[in-house]
Amino acid sequence: MTFQMSDLSLIAPHMVVTGTALIVLLVEAFRPGKGRSDATYLSILGLLVAAWLTLRQFGAPATTGFSGMLIADGYAAFFNMVAYVVGILTLLVSDSYFRSEEYEHGEFHALMLMSLVGMMLMSGSNHLMLMFLALETMSISIYAMAGYMRTKEGTESSFKYFLLGGASSAFMLYGIALLYASCGTTSLSGMVEYFSTLPSLGDSPMALAGIALVAAGFCFKIAAFPFHVWTPDVYQGAPTSVTAFMATGVKAAAFAAFFRIFVVAFPIASGAWTSAFWVLAVATMTMGNFAALAQRDVKRMLAYSSIAHAGYLLIGMVTATSEAGTGMLFYLISYVFMNIGAFGIVIMLGKKGEDRTTLEDYAGVGFKKPLLGAALTIFMFSMAGIPPTAGFIGKFLIFKAAVHEGYIWLAVLGVLNSAASVYYYLRVLVYMYFRESESESGDVIRTSPLSILAAAISVIAVLILGIVPGYLVQIAEAATAAF
Amino acid sequence: MSESYILSILAFLPLAGALLLLFMKSENVGLIRFWTLGVALVNFIISLPLLWLFDPANPGMQLQQKYAWISSLGVSYHVGIDGISFWLVLLTTFLSVICILSSWSVDKRVREYMFFFLLLETGMIGALISLDVFLFYIFWEAMLIPMYFLIGVWGGKERIYAAVKFFIFTMVGSLLMLVAIMALYYMNISAGGEATFSILEWYKLPLAPSVQMIMFAAFALAFAIKVPMWPVHTWLPDAHTQAPTAGSVILAGVLLKMGTYGYLRFAMPLFPNAVESAAPFMMTLAVIGIIYGALVAMVQKDVKKLVAYSSVSHLGYVMLGIFALNPQGVVGGIYQSLNHGISTGALFLLVGVIYERRHTRMIEDFGGLSKSMPWYATVFMIVTMSSIGLPGLNGFVGEFLIMLGAFLTSPVAAIFAASGVILAAGYMLWMYRRVFFGECDKEENQNLKDLTKLEWGYLLPMLLFVFWMGIYPGFFTAKMEPTVDAWLQQVEDKRVACSELVDENPIAMFFTEDVSPSE
Repeated sequence: MTFQMSDLSLIAPHMVVTGTALIVLLVEAFRPGKGRSDATYLSILGLLVAAWLTLRQFGAPATTGFSGMLIADGYAAFFNMVAYVVGILTLLVSDSYFRSEEYEHGEFHALMLMSLVGMMLMSGSNHLMLMFLALETMSISIYAMAGYMRTKEGTESSFKYFLLGGASSAFMLYGIALLYASCGTTSLSGMVEYFSTLPSLGDSPMALAGIALVAAGFCFKIAAFPFHVWTPDVYQGAPTSVTAFMATGVKAAAFAAFFRIFVVAFPIASGAWTSAFWVLAVATMTMGNFAALAQRDVKRMLAYSSIAHAGYLLIGMVTATSEAGTGMLFYLISYVFMNIGAFGIVIMLGKKGEDRTTLEDYAGVGFKKPLLGAALTIFMFSMAGIPPTAGFIGKFLIFKAAVHEGYIWLAVLGVLNSAASVYYYLRVLVYMYFRESESESGDVIRTSPLSILAAAISVIAVLILGIVPGYLVQIAEAATAAF
Repeated sequence: MSESYILSILAFLPLAGALLLLFMKSENVGLIRFWTLGVALVNFIISLPLLWLFDPANPGMQLQQKYAWISSLGVSYHVGIDGISFWLVLLTTFLSVICILSSWSVDKRVREYMFFFLLLETGMIGALISLDVFLFYIFWEAMLIPMYFLIGVWGGKERIYAAVKFFIFTMVGSLLMLVAIMALYYMNISAGGEATFSILEWYKLPLAPSVQMIMFAAFALAFAIKVPMWPVHTWLPDAHTQAPTAGSVILAGVLLKMGTYGYLRFAMPLFPNAVESAAPFMMTLAVIGIIYGALVAMVQKDVKKLVAYSSVSHLGYVMLGIFALNPQGVVGGIYQSLNHGISTGALFLLVGVIYERRHTRMIEDFGGLSKSMPWYATVFMIVTMSSIGLPGLNGFVGEFLIMLGAFLTSPVAAIFAASGVILAAGYMLWMYRRVFFGECDKEENQNLKDLTKLEWGYLLPMLLFVFWMGIYPGFFTAKMEPTVDAWLQQVEDKRVACSELVDENPIAMFFTEDVSPSE
């Protein structure tokens, strides 16, 4: 393994984010601040600098570094941007939340930034070992973040996620080991070279088993059926802003690596994995939607709905063309805005020590707090995939790619699932607008300028991406053109 | 061409008006009402020049405007009108004004109500003028949102159930159509066409009859739910009964027409061979709808529900006419959909008038109203006659043309449909007798106020059209006929051109491609 100075430029954004995390920790050690948002501003500044550095990678030819382990291309740059957006929005929605819970510590920011570094490395990893390390970097921070508030539910959430996450990592590592045993390498280019010498995958059952185990590991992270059982409990128990972070950031990063690895390294096995993903996609979205139908708690409903969204995204994995990749990229960025936006509103409606997330707590809120209601309405319509919102364009692109490859039934099942999901998204609106308000719902809300900013950014993004999606579609197309 | 902006202005002026509404104080009810009325009125006035800008002799698309929108997908902002959509656009701008006048008595959350109403107008006009399938789909779906709120917030007791049912029924159909739209997009590309969602380009796409059947099924279901045709009509009585008066008017007047319009603009010209095979089936459903709607209307105790079921029956005529596939039938179908907007719209307005006074719509609560409200009874009688199809009033022209067209294609269907006219006379007149004649024995009914100035204000224009469309239909049909003739020719040409095409295995597209790795 050789190291060149030029490699450093590849990881410049990563270094900026890591550096920011360390600075935040230091500042926190010397100026522990209650009631101030220094750490938040500092972290956002760091992310903006990193974003500026990442901008250069768009349109530049793909370069690899660290002996081919890390790749910087449009695809990785796109997902780095997604990570910054996730990070900034999470920081903004966390502000009023932790302030009202009196848990404003810079450690949270540092953990989150480190987790973001993991996410960024995942989308750029060109090697299974780097991918695994990145995955663990991302996950370990999140285990801590889930239990950050030291409540009973939070601890339970953190512990559950940790145990099951550990098990899934073990699966994945075992899969990587099997792949190494059959291919003699774990770099994506090395593996695809090895596979190209095989007449068919049937000649290497060990590699097939390895691929299956790696897929299982990813399915855990994206919360795909049947690896989703941890999701509702973990999402509900964790602090709401951490839930937003997990539901969006982890999913985006896991899909980024998932798609790259399977499309680049395992095309030989596509016959095997597409049919497996076909079943997984249908099972995941159906299970997620039907479980969400039964929920009376908005936070838990959003947890199940995030499973359903993973199902729609898996349709992109089945299709596995660059067109599907474009759809997935667009869907993920839309999902980030609408989901963190929705969780942000959920946070605003709570109060200290009491999240107030049952549907009854939303009764009449729409007219009492018109702007807040309008924002949540737009997020719900977007999640349900109703135009003119980003969610519709995202679904449209994913289903369109599936239809193009002849997966018409899959698209039909996808749209029927969307239709079913409309019911529970609309139910939130039913409570917000069609029911009279109960005692104190919506009277007190916890907001701060920062959390309002997060909601405003999300609303504008969801509408702009829904009405004039052309520009982002082009960027996403360029980012996936190589696949 | 500067006048080509008219259509876009019509579509987006209400949206702009709605957004400005949000900056007004919600307590300032008077300003909000007049502002909304002003926006709707200006939009109506802007739509009037269409009468002379639209060249009736030109059967093609007019006043077109086209801009690239999402260029990488081939989506464009492309609008235009022809003889099929021309009157529907004017009906929409006209009914919007009427509806806002009739909503003067709404006093709950007026600002939001008016906001959604203007949003709805944008959605309706947008869907009617879209010539890009993607754009159409956006408006088509977006239309649901304001209607959902109008029913859900300002509706009756069962409003939540009705609103959700309305939304989900329509959504299921539309989403299946969306998949068909995507499939067509790729079929058009693989047939050598460019990547486009332009309906005018898609008209040229030759498809094997077997493929057409599948695609037609998806489109037809979406539109059948909207029309609504029997047996997917069940959302309509709920939605109509629960919606506020103006919501019912616009639902009956324009939203249902989106279904029949969808058949004329999309489902039928795109898949003529499928239409040929499915026509007997569709006509049968239409006739069942006519008779079923009439029979169910007959036993209703609630006047509004009666009118709602009569809608199912009337829309059955429209479908019968357009599937007759001859000039009389299609012109009759379009004419009848305009009529239905006027007559049924007026009926809902009249039901709203009495509901405001008595807070009930049950037939048994009334009787002898002709004594206490003579003018109301007179207007109601005229509208009833128009709905039944009395010669000289608008309903007659449409039904006559439809019968004529249907008889040429299928005498049996025409005969059964004619029985629906008799049934209509039965349920409407019977209801009228029970509400207006007899002893005025209930005390509450004896001192009801007759029509107010405001109510005259929105009923008179409706009556004007009841007579105008009945006495001088040529004014209206002249603008449709050239387009309808060309449309029929186009459908027939395409049918002949596609009838020889064979697709060996039409079912194959329903299954995933063979993905076995061994090549």
